[in-house]
Amino acid sequence: MSERRVELEVLRYNPETDREPRFQRYSIRCPEEWVVLDALNHVKETADPTLSYRWSCHMAVCGSCGMMIDGEPKLACKSFLRDYPGVIRIEPLAHFPIERDLVTVIDDFMAKLARVKPYLIPKQERALGEGEYRQTPAELKKFKQYTLCINCMLCYAACPEYGLIPKFIGPAAISLAHRYNQDSRDGGRREREEEIAAAEGVWECSFAGACSEVCPEHVDPASALQQVKIASTVDWYKEHLMPWLKK
Amino acid sequence: METIQADVAIIGAGGAGLRAAIALAASGAELKIALVSKVYPMRSHTCAAEGGAAGVIKADDSLDHHFNDTVGGGDWLCDQDAVDYLVQEAPRELLQLEHWGCPWSREPDGSVAVRPFGGMKKQRTWFAADKSGFHILHTLFQTSLRYPTIERFDEYYATDLIVDDGRCWGFTAIEMRSGRMRRFEAPAVIIAGGGAGRMFPFTTNGAIKTGDGMALAYRAGVPLKDMEFVQYHPTGLPSTGTLLTEACRGEGGVLLNRHGRRFLQDYGMGPETPLGKPVLKTMELGPRDRVSQAFWHEQKKGNAVSTQWGDAMLLDMRHLGEKKIDERLPLVRDMSISYMGVDPVKDPVPVRPVVHYMMGGIHTDIRAATPLAGLYAAGECACVSINGANRLGSNSLTELLVFGRRAALSAVEYLFAGRAARNETALEALAEAAQERIRALFQRTGGTESVAGLRKEMMQTMEQHAGIYRSGEGLAEACTRLAGLRRRYAGIELHDKTNVYNTDLIQVLELGSMLDCAEAVAASAAARRESRGAHQRLDFAERDDANFLRHSLAYYGAADAPRIGYLDVVITRSQPGVRDYSGNHE
Repeated sequence: MSERRVELEVLRYNPETDREPRFQRYSIRCPEEWVVLDALNHVKETADPTLSYRWSCHMAVCGSCGMMIDGEPKLACKSFLRDYPGVIRIEPLAHFPIERDLVTVIDDFMAKLARVKPYLIPKQERALGEGEYRQTPAELKKFKQYTLCINCMLCYAACPEYGLIPKFIGPAAISLAHRYNQDSRDGGRREREEEIAAAEGVWECSFAGACSEVCPEHVDPASALQQVKIASTVDWYKEHLMPWLKK
Repeated sequence: METIQADVAIIGAGGAGLRAAIALAASGAELKIALVSKVYPMRSHTCAAEGGAAGVIKADDSLDHHFNDTVGGGDWLCDQDAVDYLVQEAPRELLQLEHWGCPWSREPDGSVAVRPFGGMKKQRTWFAADKSGFHILHTLFQTSLRYPTIERFDEYYATDLIVDDGRCWGFTAIEMRSGRMRRFEAPAVIIAGGGAGRMFPFTTNGAIKTGDGMALAYRAGVPLKDMEFVQYHPTGLPSTGTLLTEACRGEGGVLLNRHGRRFLQDYGMGPETPLGKPVLKTMELGPRDRVSQAFWHEQKKGNAVSTQWGDAMLLDMRHLGEKKIDERLPLVRDMSISYMGVDPVKDPVPVRPVVHYMMGGIHTDIRAATPLAGLYAAGECACVSINGANRLGSNSLTELLVFGRRAALSAVEYLFAGRAARNETALEALAEAAQERIRALFQRTGGTESVAGLRKEMMQTMEQHAGIYRSGEGLAEACTRLAGLRRRYAGIELHDKTNVYNTDLIQVLELGSMLDCAEAVAASAAARRESRGAHQRLDFAERDDANFLRHSLAYYGAADAPRIGYLDVVITRSQPGVRDYSGNHE
């Protein structure tokens, strides 16, 4: 294993003792194969137990360790030191208030997630005794990609609109709504549309596409947003120009 | 101290905790539910489960088959009434998830697909590609958002159960955002806090799996059952311990030693099966304990592959082809490339056994009730016991659903059986005492020990003496060293004495939980002078049904070593027999 010296420049902020955020330098020797999270853990174990951040699975599925690494939203457990030859600057996810150090306050995201009703609203109620809803692999494929969101919120940190208009529901929540809208078992699109087609809903998206670029699970929220926009537009026309189509 | 009132409070918001919360909310009993977790629900370790969940659904399968596979797989240490309940409820629970939107993989006709898994005679593992746990967790979490009666307390770390007059009345927890202590007052408490794999250095378990739920119950006098049974999953990446699901082998992947030999045939799991045509319940589809033990022997014989991270074997999936790997095992491919630099489409992936799962846990009966009135437990933190001496892959996701729900139903029954009188003064005093212990930790000065230092010693002790093969001498040494570590633990001083999101504090408390669990593992293992399932003794190589067809119960001894007692296994219709994975088990 080849070793190297790594310089980390980490944002520190403790609301009890700091008036404003500052940066702290750590210099460690470690294997080249490590990810940024390993380096942070090494710092916490050997140099500074006060450093705070979230992490758990170390396999890019729990979504805990999102942070800005050299200015880009990344999962620390999947950011390899070998990709960062210079000093590595680590900050909490952009667009979220800092709770402490690299830990952000995510109440806003959690509330938005709940608002879009991210659960199955059955098209047709089915008793358990009747067995499973039939869903072909093709029907599954239509929404599968949008089920892969790990709620890491990198897309919110990348989204220029969310930065400007905090009320914007944002990429992950809209993708999740879209995930259920596209599910052949679901009939809840109208209910969700009330939330996501509202003023601060889907129309705030200017299709910068940054959300899809940073998504570690290739969910492609930008495509979900575009499809939701199209669906909402079609609904509007149906309702206002072709009222006879309504039941 | 601020008090939060609920009818039922749940500690842990992973698969079992969420399932319990939904069952309570949907019970029609109009209960106030507090769902308390040290992490946000989506961060819970259920998300890391890959392969799937077992439940009989196909025409050629039967509940009896699932029962027999599970009981034999557990080396007859499972309680058979509990296994019956599991296999009966399993299809209903998995179907319920389907109705809640879980994106299970499908057959061309639209029915739910199943895949083969180790130790299972029939294909019965429901799966969502290789992110089954992730999808189960998110389906449950998202479904829980429908229910306004579930109030979540995310990032609250529970410190002590409040036990008065032989009943559990709630617990104290630190709100991590503020550092303030809260009292959760609830006549029924469900612990769903997950496993404790982090007491070992090389594990598939996420950082949060520190046995807090187990330790809470243990310190309150509830015994931990069968703690000596620690599952090594055969196929972890040597670099990080990251799990490569058993589905790799279910789909047809094979294990090779450095000579290219499929060595499992040399350990009672042969004869060799044709490449790309896996046969159920033999060779690579043997149970995890046997496969991990076979690797240990290969290593002793010098047949292991050397890597920069130590000895390994090779998991060869090349013959599956890129299309199947991408469709069925996308995460496996991604992680092998990311963390090992090996693409399974092109090369065999080095893997080695890695600590994965605790068969043991909080002693509960078949109703998920602990011996302490008002306290229930479900999921990996509990031992009901359906896993016995070795869990079969894909039974744990099913277990957390079936017994998560069962814990909720039992809690409701308990609430409606009439409430005992609550001694408010006593409860308040107990909560104050819990707060005082945290305060004392903050005030301690002149510390001599570090969390990282003690944790490392604990991990080394466990790996050295409580691994795949154990000896009486080694376990005695482990008990001594762990007792010493626990004494030294009292000398830890916090480096961080502030309140907001203090991870130094949380890590100290987590280390305390792990040390308690580790002592229970070592003491139970030392007392079990036989080899059964995942517990293999070099000095007692045979299974000894005359003396040890019994569950171990470890009781907390405070400053003293745990006291070990025993409890008979419930046997209804399967007498202990030979575990046959030779392919001749028809």
